[in-house]
Amino acid sequence: MPYTAKKPTRARSSEELRAAIPGWGVDLDPKDRPSVPKEQFDPTLNGARWDFPERQEEKWPRERSIEHKFLTPVFGTSTPPKGLSGVIRKYSYKKYSEGRAAHWLLLLAADRVDAVEHHLRSFVSLRPDNPITQTGVLSEFSRHGITSRIGKKRVDVNHQWIDPLLVGGPWLVAGGLGVAAVRRLMRLRRT
Amino acid sequence: MRAMVYRGPYKIRVEEKDIPPIEHPNDAIVRVTTAAICGSDLHLFHGMMPDTRVGMTFGHEFVGVVEQVGSSVQNLKPGDRVMVPFNVYCGTCYFCARGLYSNCHNVNANATAVGGIYGYSHTCGGYDGGQAEYVRVPFADIGPSLIPEWMDEEDAVLLTDALATGYFGAQLGDIVEGDTVVVFGAGPVGLFAAKSSWLMGAGRVIVIDHLEYRLEKARTFAHAETYNFAEYDDIVVEMKKATDYLGADVVIDAVGAEADGNFLQHVTSSKFKLQGGSPIALNWAIDAVRKGGTVSVVGAYGPMFSAVKFGDALNKGLTLRMNQAPVKRQWPRLFDHIRNGYLKPSDIVTHRIPLEHIAEGYHIFSAKLDNCIKPLILPAAN
Ligand SMILES: NC(=O)c1ccc[n+]([C@@H]2O[C@H](COP(=O)([O-])OP(=O)(O)OC[C@H]3O[C@@H](n4cnc5c(N)ncnc54)[C@H](O)[C@@H]3O)[C@@H](O)[C@H]2O)c1
Ligand SMILES: [Zn+2]
Ligand SMILES: [Zn+2]
Repeated sequence: MPYTAKKPTRARSSEELRAAIPGWGVDLDPKDRPSVPKEQFDPTLNGARWDFPERQEEKWPRERSIEHKFLTPVFGTSTPPKGLSGVIRKYSYKKYSEGRAAHWLLLLAADRVDAVEHHLRSFVSLRPDNPITQTGVLSEFSRHGITSRIGKKRVDVNHQWIDPLLVGGPWLVAGGLGVAAVRRLMRLRRT
Repeated sequence: MRAMVYRGPYKIRVEEKDIPPIEHPNDAIVRVTTAAICGSDLHLFHGMMPDTRVGMTFGHEFVGVVEQVGSSVQNLKPGDRVMVPFNVYCGTCYFCARGLYSNCHNVNANATAVGGIYGYSHTCGGYDGGQAEYVRVPFADIGPSLIPEWMDEEDAVLLTDALATGYFGAQLGDIVEGDTVVVFGAGPVGLFAAKSSWLMGAGRVIVIDHLEYRLEKARTFAHAETYNFAEYDDIVVEMKKATDYLGADVVIDAVGAEADGNFLQHVTSSKFKLQGGSPIALNWAIDAVRKGGTVSVVGAYGPMFSAVKFGDALNKGLTLRMNQAPVKRQWPRLFDHIRNGYLKPSDIVTHRIPLEHIAEGYHIFSAKLDNCIKPLILPAAN
């Protein structure tokens, strides 16, 4: 078809579609679409009996975005900031708004530090981290790891090999350093 | 109680934790009976979301039984079977009063650019989630609904996110009768978006992915035409050919931050976190839609910058629409559609995994093994 004003002709008419597909067109009228229009003002919509909610007790100094006027009345209480990662997180919240890349990059850095801190701590606990069980890779054997990938034209196999390196790499390096340190100690002893 | 716990990128385990206490008069504590893993959880699992802390319990899709309620709770009582939307929200702030529950201003101290989400990092409020035996549910009078007698538990858990999000994504497309709708991503969200597009009167629905088994589901479950982008040199050109070189009227991005199809984009964002998300599918959407058309984005992106082809969006005069889904707003209409037999959400569930084996559940879903589309987590099946 040349470039003209017509809409391309449809393969199937509305009547055909209605007959073929359960529920075709039941929400054709935008009035039947719950999120149309985007904003629908109704302050009693949710049956709330408060104008502003009661405040949840702040049991430790809760980090917050400096783009907020105050600590929100309700907030999550999972995993308070701790250790070096906690220091980095608190600094990032206090110093940078959400508009600054530094805010997010510091938080990501803190996440990596947090993981290392916890791995180290786990080695002196009764339950050391185990990258094999914790990554779930054993399911590769029970859930068709090979046939799920081979001959499938999947494009994600071109980077999946990176995952074991990203996850296992630091453990191998740490293990290698550990072995080297022990060897050096033994050699020092012998001399 | 037993709970899934994050241990660093690609690592989780199940731990013994205290049952969460009531922290606010309008809290409830819910005993989880069925939870699910969402594509969004994979972004956390892969360490992409800033301020994801070791020790956090994930899970924003769950249903269960009310165990305990705070002193101001009126709409729920212990023993009630409830479904809980993935949004934590207050019901009365500027945004909630306008129906934007996913953008609540009163529940996320950590950020103003996103609302509250259960088990979704501190960037989304620092709430522990529902991949556990018990979970704290703030604003118990606002978010949760009783599960209707006639509704299956598995349909209910899919309503807490995936179905509501897919349906919302189709609405963001502002589909008019006869429109050609292209959906990138044949995961749970994409499948539901494709299916919902028909309800809104689409004339053609095309689903794109690279996983053949998911495209198969798109054909059978969502009655869609499908394209495997791995089979084409350039999927955008293919979409132009399929639409007489005009482009699609509406394109929905149901892929988000970890899109595949371009090694460099994927690796810089998903593996090395140098971008807020790999915008491959979003860029394809911008290029595959017709001029003046609408791109609906429900695939999730992180708070950092991404390399989006903004010039094309401008020069084509596109409408870009997007949000986290305000879940409960979708429910009355979706309840009707399920009751009338137009939607059967649990048809996409492929795996039911005891909480104790959740690490394998994450790996299966993340690596797309065993034809996995939607894994459910069963805390009581241990
Ligand atoms: N806006 C919201 O409220 C909301 C709610 C839930 C989920 N999400 C987001 O929606 C997205 C999808 O969620 P899901 O549970 O379906 O996840 P999923 O991981 O199961 O599905 C994503 C699909 O996209 C495919 N894909 C990857 N790259 C692609 C590309 N370039 N083109 C086409 N397809 C591609 C994958 O193969 C996969 O099948 C995620 O980003 C998730 O975070 C958003
Ligand atoms: Zn989700
Ligand atoms: Zn609110």
